[in-house]
Order: sequence, then structure tokens, then C-alpha cells
Amino acid sequence: MNTSRMFVFKPMKSLLTKCTRATVTSGLRRLACTPSSCPRVCIVGGGPAGFYTAQHLLKAHPAIQVDIYERLPIPFGLVRFGVAPDHPEVKNVINTFTQTAQHERCSFHGNVTVGKDVSVEELQQAYHAVVLSYGAEGNRTLGVPGENLSGVYSAKDFVGWYNGLPSNKGLNPDLSSETAVILGQGNVALDVARILLSPLDVLTKTDITQPSLQALAASRVRRVLIVGRRGPLQVACTIKELREMVNLPGNRPDMLSADFQGIAEVLKDLPRPRKRLTELMMKAVQERPAGAPLTSRQWGFRFLRSPVEVLPSPDLTQTAGIRLGINRLEGSGEGARAVPTGETEDVECGMVISSIGYQSLPIDPAVPFDHHKAIIPNAMGRVQQASGLYCSGWVKRGPTGVIATTMNDSFDTARVLIKDMETGVLDVSTVKPGSHTVTPLLQKRGVNPVSFSDWEKIDAEEMKRGTAVGKPREKLLDVTEMLKTAHS
Amino acid sequence: MAASAVLRTSMGLTLSLCRVNPGCNLCKIHILTRCRYGLTESLKMRTNIRSWTMSRSIHTSNGLYHSKSERIDEEDEADVVNVVYTDRSGKRIPVKARVGDNILYLAHKHGIELEGACEASLACSTCHVYVHQDYLDKLPEPLEREDDMLDMAPMLQENSRLGCQIILTREMDGLEVTLPKITRNFYVDGHVPAPH
Repeated sequence: MNTSRMFVFKPMKSLLTKCTRATVTSGLRRLACTPSSCPRVCIVGGGPAGFYTAQHLLKAHPAIQVDIYERLPIPFGLVRFGVAPDHPEVKNVINTFTQTAQHERCSFHGNVTVGKDVSVEELQQAYHAVVLSYGAEGNRTLGVPGENLSGVYSAKDFVGWYNGLPSNKGLNPDLSSETAVILGQGNVALDVARILLSPLDVLTKTDITQPSLQALAASRVRRVLIVGRRGPLQVACTIKELREMVNLPGNRPDMLSADFQGIAEVLKDLPRPRKRLTELMMKAVQERPAGAPLTSRQWGFRFLRSPVEVLPSPDLTQTAGIRLGINRLEGSGEGARAVPTGETEDVECGMVISSIGYQSLPIDPAVPFDHHKAIIPNAMGRVQQASGLYCSGWVKRGPTGVIATTMNDSFDTARVLIKDMETGVLDVSTVKPGSHTVTPLLQKRGVNPVSFSDWEKIDAEEMKRGTAVGKPREKLLDVTEMLKTAHS
Repeated sequence: MAASAVLRTSMGLTLSLCRVNPGCNLCKIHILTRCRYGLTESLKMRTNIRSWTMSRSIHTSNGLYHSKSERIDEEDEADVVNVVYTDRSGKRIPVKARVGDNILYLAHKHGIELEGACEASLACSTCHVYVHQDYLDKLPEPLEREDDMLDMAPMLQENSRLGCQIILTREMDGLEVTLPKITRNFYVDGHVPAPH
């Protein structure tokens, strides 16, 4: 495709003043761009989807300018606020994102809430294209009575609390009861279970926040039940997280062998990931030690159960238990459906954590949103019926998958965008000002954006505080404090 | 232990060299373009190492890489391992490597688009590759942790491995690895195949 392009070196002086993008080409539009008229793309959301989209755009186009807008003063989204503190190796991806942010054609603008501080329409006026990569900040609700009782938390808030998300710093979860019930069997559910049950000496070496570490030190939670509406062959977690549970020091699995009747026979026909996951679960069932010390903590899956009601304490303020509806499976495999039998059982617990999925929210009335699927309706990342608008990550395909999934998906969106520029579907012939107009607009509205080098000041401060307490980092928990550090 | 430390150092060096050249790409024309913009940026007082490395990448010489393991001297001919990558567009890219090289960082060195999000710490599956059947048995069995990560890899196959875990030995000479297609039904040119 590019073989017909020719580039000739010009005297340096001319290079300084003009960056002509030569185009000799069949099927490509003739584009001449000076630095001020280079294609300008803005990305909304500074998490993995945003950074991977930016990375590919910068790599695939020699002149494109990419600005990343992020609501918080700090970058990296769920890599910082979602990835569990005891998974530091997953956070290595921050190094790649940092290179992207430091790329000479990329800039980071933190502390800017798109949809409030600046509208998507205003961004579209300033940029040739806007990529929405703002993830899934909401969570699906249970929709059962008692959901609002004290002692019921969303996993999203609980994770945000131990990972230092500013909006969750005041969560202060009640860890005074012996049994906690987690609804949902995905990786987030297992992360929460692991953090609740991990020996403290493991957590103290991580970047978990100091207030949550103190709360967990005083925790009386000894037993965590991880409840799913379907069976063992439908659990949503992946094997790494399950293996961590199985190998968790000071803990023993508490599974019900009856749940696994008939499973051994179907194992051989399962796809490899499902097969290995199921085998590991069955191993956990078999390895249940008879004489394990009473003090040890325990965790277990409970299958074919859906929440019916969170049961209140006698004074009607606290969580005292949960009523679970018993299901049976209709169909088999990944597509099996849970059908209520009408029977219920009550489980005593002082804490219920709902981990049934994150959910994207609409960002701006000007952007189409599919409320049913909770995504931005799109075709391969092109927002439908909205020229110049693209999306990537969870807001594009829903809140599932691991980092490799988001990476592929973000690269796809970037490829589509570049392709649209080349074919003329996306008009980049006009001069767009980019942040040259957006930044003054923000300042006029009293918003003071945080640059990547400002973030590096926060980063340095957090590392310094971490060193002082023997942790890799002690996160700042308050936006005001972050801004103060950033602009110091 | 010592051997793994040496390897890590070597990998780290390769990585840092790759890092300053994020735009590296096999297409020479692209490299030229980048080179020009790299120069421009440098002249705009952004004289960071990245720009200069970009402008130097036009030469694509071994001189760019100073790690001992990456310089192929005559006396080390015996250590040469030939590897063929097939990239996501189906293009075959033969490269010369050395015993001890790692398929992930070797790809970076040659501008082949293989991500290594967790930096070879077995915490992601972004460096997923398919190994040609003839060479599968020449690779050591995957660690349990590698298998666990592979289970999360999009488009897993029987011959899937993580690039970061393949360390070249002499027996692997001729190794062929294929990068998974980007997605199942999406082509780089935007063409969507019609159902049969």
C-alpha cells in the first residue's frame, strides 16, 4: 500500500517550518500538513483502552497528534484502580503506557471531565476525531430488596476502596462479621475474596492503601462464599485467579462435592481453558483437608444460586444474611441458562459484595448510547451515525476480557481510524486547533488540567511515601491533594 | 540462577533499546517517514534519545544493538539460530538470532508487532504466538503459569505459546512462529468477509 510513497530529505530549515506529508498515490488523498494542520485526535479516558488506542495511532501514522483526556489527575485507569495490589507484574504495562504518554506527539490532560468540563461536541470542533475510551464506571445492580442495607457493597466500590480510587476512600466497609458472601464468580469476585482472606504480611508489601490495610488487619471475616447463578462449568473467572485462591496461604477451599457430580464425565469434551479451570476446581474439592485447623480461613464456590433478598438485622439497619433462590440449569455449556426452581435457602452473613459486572454509562447527550447493552453502538469502533466519533475498550464491547482483549480491540479501533483518514471517510484536510483551544476553554471554566509531567510529581511523591513505609507506593487518596502535588 | 540473571540483563537491555524506538516497523518507507519526523522533533529542541534513535533506525544495522547476545560475530556462527516470523498480515520475516534470545524481545528488535504488556513476567497473554508443529517438541514444556496465561489468550490453539517464554536453543534453528490474526473477522483493509 505504501510502496508508492516517496520521501525526500529537505534542508533542515525547511523541515523546521514545514512538515509536508508527501503523498503520491493511488487511492490516497493528497494531504499536505504543517505542524498546525496535522491530524489531531483526542481520546477520552486514560485507561488501558485509551493508551493502547493512542499507542497504535502514533505508531501507524507519522504525523498524527494525540491528546488523552482523563477525569482524574492521574493516568492508567483500571491498571491502577482495578488490578489487584498483589498483582504488581500486571501493572508493568504502565511502563509501555508511560512511553506512549511521553511520545512527542502525545499529551495527557488529566483532571478534565468530558461531558461536564468540556462537551464532546466542543472536542469534535477542536479535533478531527474523538475516540471514546472511558470504560465502565457504573455497576450492574442486584435489583433485590435489601440491596441498600448497610453491609452491602458493590465489588467495584470495594476494589476502588482498597486500590485508592478517590471516590471510594470513604467506603469504610464493615468487616466485623465472620462470613462474607460475594455474588458473582468472575475475576473481580476472586480478587475481592483473595484480598479479604490474604495473610496480612502478603498485603503489607503491596501498594494497597494504608487505611484499607488497617481495616483488613482488624477484619473478622474468616469465610467467603462466592456465589454464582449457574454451575461449575459456567464460572466466569480465569485459572490464574482460581489457582491463587487454591494456593492461598492460611486458607482452605470449602467446596461441595455434590456440585461436581457428573462433571468428570464431560471434562474431555471441553475446550482447553474451561477444562483446565474445571480440573483445578475439582482438585480443590478433593483436597479438602479433614483436620485443618479451626483458625484457618476458608472460601468456596456456591453454585445455582441467585440473590432473592438481602436479609436485615432485627433493627432493620444491618445486613444479617442473604436469601438465595435455588436454580436449575437449562441447556448445557457456556450458553446454559439458570432457571429458578422456586426454592430458596438463607445464608447468614454480615457482608454482601455484589460482583455481577461493571457497566458503561452515557457520557454526553450528543453521543449515541445503547442503554440495553450499555455500550456505545458501533461498527468496528466507528460510532454509529456519528461521523468523527470512535470508541474502544469496555465502552465499545462491554466490560469483559483481560488486558490482551482490550489491547486487540483498541488496536482495531486505531486501525479503522487511520484507514478512514486515508480513504477520506474522515476529513482531515481542515486545520483543527486541538488543545490550543480546549485548554484555554477549560481554564476559563476554572479547570486546571494535569499534564503527564505533573502526574510524575504525584508519582514521585507516592513512591517516596511508599518507601517510608516499606511499600512500593503509597497512593494519594484525595483529588485535592493530588492537584496540590501536581501543581506544586 | 546466574544464567537467568544474565538473561534478564540481556533482555532488559534489548527492551530498553526497543523502548526508545516505539515506532519501529519493518516497512522501510515508514521508517524513513518517522526518521524525518524524528529529525524535525529533534530540531524542535526535543533532543531526546528517542528521536535520534528513530533517525538512526534508517540504517537498521546491528550496530544499533549493543547487547553482546545480539551481535553476530564470525566465531559465534555456531550460536546463530534462524527464526521465521509470520506477522499478522501473513508476511514471512526471516531473522537471524542467537542461542538465548527470547522470541518476544527478538520480535521487538526486528520491528515485528508483538506486545509484551507484563514484560515477560507471565502476567498477561499479549505475546501469544503459534509455533509451527515441527518445532513444538523442541520447546520445553510450558510452565503451569504459562499455560494459565495461554488459557486467557484470544484465539488459543494447540500450538499456542507465549513468545516471552521461548528462549532459543541450537535445536530450534529454523523455528517458525506465527502471530495470531488480529481478530477473527476483521481485515486490515476494513474488508469484512461475507458468510459462506
